[in-house]
Amino acid sequence: MKFKTNTSPFFSSENNVRSVMLQVLIALIPGTLVVTYFYGWGILINVTLSVFFALALEALALILRKRPVLPFLGDFSALITGWLLALALPPLIPWWVIFVGVFFAIIVAKHLYGGLGYNPFNPAMVGFAVLIISFPLEMTQWIQAGHINAVSNTLNQSQVLSLLDSIKSVLVITSPPDWDAITMATPLDAVKTGLRAGTPYTEVISKSPYLANTTSNTWLWSGLAFTLGGLWLLYKKVIHWQIPAALIGSLIIISGLFHLFSSDVYATPLLHVFSGATILAAFFIATDPVSASTTPTGKILYGVGIGLLIYIIRTWGNYPDAVAFAVLIMNMAVPTIDYYTQPRTFGYGSAIRKSHSKQPSTKEENKS
Amino acid sequence: MSENTAYKLWEFHGGVHPPFHKDESTQLPIKSAGIPKQIILPIQQHIGSPAEPLVAVGDKVDKGQLVAKANAYISANVHAPTSGKISAIEELVLPHPSGLKGLSIVIDTDGKDDWGNSGKYPSYENFKDVEPELLLKRIQEAGIVGLGGAVFPTSVKIEGAEKNNIDNFIINGAECEPYITCDDMLMRERSAEIIYGIRIIQHMINPTKCLIGIEDNKPNAIQAMQQACKNDPDINVISIPTIYPSGDIKQLTKILTGIEIPSGTRSVNSGVLGQNVGTVYSIYQAIIEGIPALSRITTVTGNGVQHPQNFEVLNGTSFSFLAQQAGGYTKMADHLIMGGPMMGFTLADDKPPITKATNCALFTSTTALRESNSEFYNQPTLPCIRCGKCMDACPVNLLPQQLYWHIRAKDLEKAQQHNLKDCIECGCCSYVCPSHIPLVDYYRFAKDELHEQKTTQEKADISRERHEFLLYRKERDKRERDEKRAAHKAQLQAKKAAMAKKKAVNNESDDATESTTDTAKADAIKAAVARAKEKKTAREAQSKERQDEQQPDAKKRKKKGTNDEV
Repeated sequence: MKFKTNTSPFFSSENNVRSVMLQVLIALIPGTLVVTYFYGWGILINVTLSVFFALALEALALILRKRPVLPFLGDFSALITGWLLALALPPLIPWWVIFVGVFFAIIVAKHLYGGLGYNPFNPAMVGFAVLIISFPLEMTQWIQAGHINAVSNTLNQSQVLSLLDSIKSVLVITSPPDWDAITMATPLDAVKTGLRAGTPYTEVISKSPYLANTTSNTWLWSGLAFTLGGLWLLYKKVIHWQIPAALIGSLIIISGLFHLFSSDVYATPLLHVFSGATILAAFFIATDPVSASTTPTGKILYGVGIGLLIYIIRTWGNYPDAVAFAVLIMNMAVPTIDYYTQPRTFGYGSAIRKSHSKQPSTKEENKS
Repeated sequence: MSENTAYKLWEFHGGVHPPFHKDESTQLPIKSAGIPKQIILPIQQHIGSPAEPLVAVGDKVDKGQLVAKANAYISANVHAPTSGKISAIEELVLPHPSGLKGLSIVIDTDGKDDWGNSGKYPSYENFKDVEPELLLKRIQEAGIVGLGGAVFPTSVKIEGAEKNNIDNFIINGAECEPYITCDDMLMRERSAEIIYGIRIIQHMINPTKCLIGIEDNKPNAIQAMQQACKNDPDINVISIPTIYPSGDIKQLTKILTGIEIPSGTRSVNSGVLGQNVGTVYSIYQAIIEGIPALSRITTVTGNGVQHPQNFEVLNGTSFSFLAQQAGGYTKMADHLIMGGPMMGFTLADDKPPITKATNCALFTSTTALRESNSEFYNQPTLPCIRCGKCMDACPVNLLPQQLYWHIRAKDLEKAQQHNLKDCIECGCCSYVCPSHIPLVDYYRFAKDELHEQKTTQEKADISRERHEFLLYRKERDKRERDEKRAAHKAQLQAKKAAMAKKKAVNNESDDATESTTDTAKADAIKAAVARAKEKKTAREAQSKERQDEQQPDAKKRKKKGTNDEV
């Protein structure tokens, strides 16, 4: 009797890329819902539009590259890129800004480098960086959060736009009533401008409706919701603990040290960790396996690098938030980090066997 | 005697928990597969040199008769597993993934299973009074090889152990590969014999500790072994957690002792001797019962056969005969895998024989090998997303994702720097890969490629040396020839001159004889000077040529120098 032949191992587990990505999507849900609760329909419209653009552009790129469309669309990676980018954008941002961001994320950062698995840079963060540089005005108009009842009476639900108004605003059919009336500085922005003006930190905090009361803070709750999703990913072993721990840990340590040094000039670790995109970055963006370091020790270095860069750029740079730039800069360092942080192979002494001959060609890799 | 609870265990990095499928083949006891009509004995069933056939076509052989003799240090004897007549000695398809042929001795059995005149070996019942050397000789004669899968000649391994101080004698009953239960059933049913075999090896190598490692998914085997060695305080039966690949001797050593056998060294150098329970049983048979390695326990399992079971199989029995013993094929017999689903290999045909290495014949459908049958399984292999699941699963703590990356880029040097050679090809990385990349295939390819490169390099080195020697020889010969010719010429000239002189002398008086020789000498000197001059001019011409070649460079350099100065 004749039999079919193959090579070992013949067993395969039920793991697949789609289920990995699906876990990420599930983990994004609580955070997305909380942010929507605070900022209104704008967030959901962002996510919907962004995901739609991402899938459409992914399909287009696959067709142009003559790759099978359905398996690659079905891996959900484009969906996640779109979703993450949307979460980083202010609500009610015009649709074409979203499109430009997604275009750079999917086409330039991903498919021009070879598609899934070959992108050295995090696609969502490339999209975000392009937008913040190109459209600084649109990118900083964050509408006020509703549901802040403990701070002042001026903020309430009535200021959250209805679904229809939100859609009209995004599609630039009508402009929202008055940008100045409904937008306000984000916590990081407020702190930055306040500190730049020489105002002591405590005073800056007391002036900002977002920051004055920590118990009913929108940013704290959103951060906690995204943390919940991150813990789910850790529990499901989709991500490793090293990157989130190193990123948040290093940020707490450096911001704590500076805050201790001068509490008037430097913000608290709490603000740094729970405002901006820190939590989102720690669990969802920096952990993108394709562009992150892959060795256990390398992940720690990579996370620490991002944490420190976030603090440095936020404190002394020109942009209020720094997650995108920090991630992109560390993406560049990944090949070098990975090469020098190989784990100890079974049967080797405690020291890693260093390469005996040549220097790694990581520099060329980075340039390309 | 075993105090399992008190025994400290270590962990190795990674490992996986595939579905183990052990129950299918443990429902029935070990059964003799019987005597097939034909026995095919490849003369190489082991690591090392093939054995040399001692029989000719038409010879009658008895059961246990030596039919092919080990003719090298690392080699193993092959015996006739039953009585019959040699019908052919020819190249036949081996049970090997390549489907290559190898010289095999074919016996048409007579069904008498007759030990004949030669009979069994005398029993060393009181082995403790026997010199270890005699025991070793018996193990060598009996053609015993490691039955765990490596099929390395056991006598060579034990001899190596005798030369080293063995602290840990490890008996491998882990049997971590899915589907395979031959060791499990052997331990359940023949534990006393295994313990007997252990005592024999203890007597030979005198180890400090003796540890039997069995995965905790084999409680019956653990119990049987504990029962069998309750009067041996120095033999420990240790239940270890079930995780693939705990049965690799390096991983098992780590679990039981915490010792990591250094890369590239042999376990005996770390004071560790590992023996599979099946091998230990064979040693018992050879020493006590006087039976050489004629048969082994083979698991016949999978949904491709009607009644999965373990069989005591004569070497050389064909897979098809064995499948018949297990009730014949079902409709689902898509694959025939020799060994387990993680490290075994497929055979295209069921005609090849069971050899000493065949611990399992797995007949299975393709679908039974997949954990999930979602439609996404059938899609093309997706790109690596560097998720690191392979890294988490690697029992050797390599970076499979990086190895894959470098091998795909044909950067084999980088792959070497990532310790490719330490990959044990256990398949954990491929098993867990969410993109379903056949990672192990890449590593096998790269290892082969590196091996190829190494041999080509060696060959190139040899031929370069040869070529250089050839050039040297040519030049030397030419020089010698030239010298000879020149000498000859000089001689001729001298002769001529002498003749001329002679004539002159004949014309003149006798007293000029002295001066003749003088002039001859002077001529010879002249000739030599001329020759030297010739050579010199030739050499000068040569060196001039060389200079001309170098000159442009020199000029350039000069120019550059002046530029720099300016």
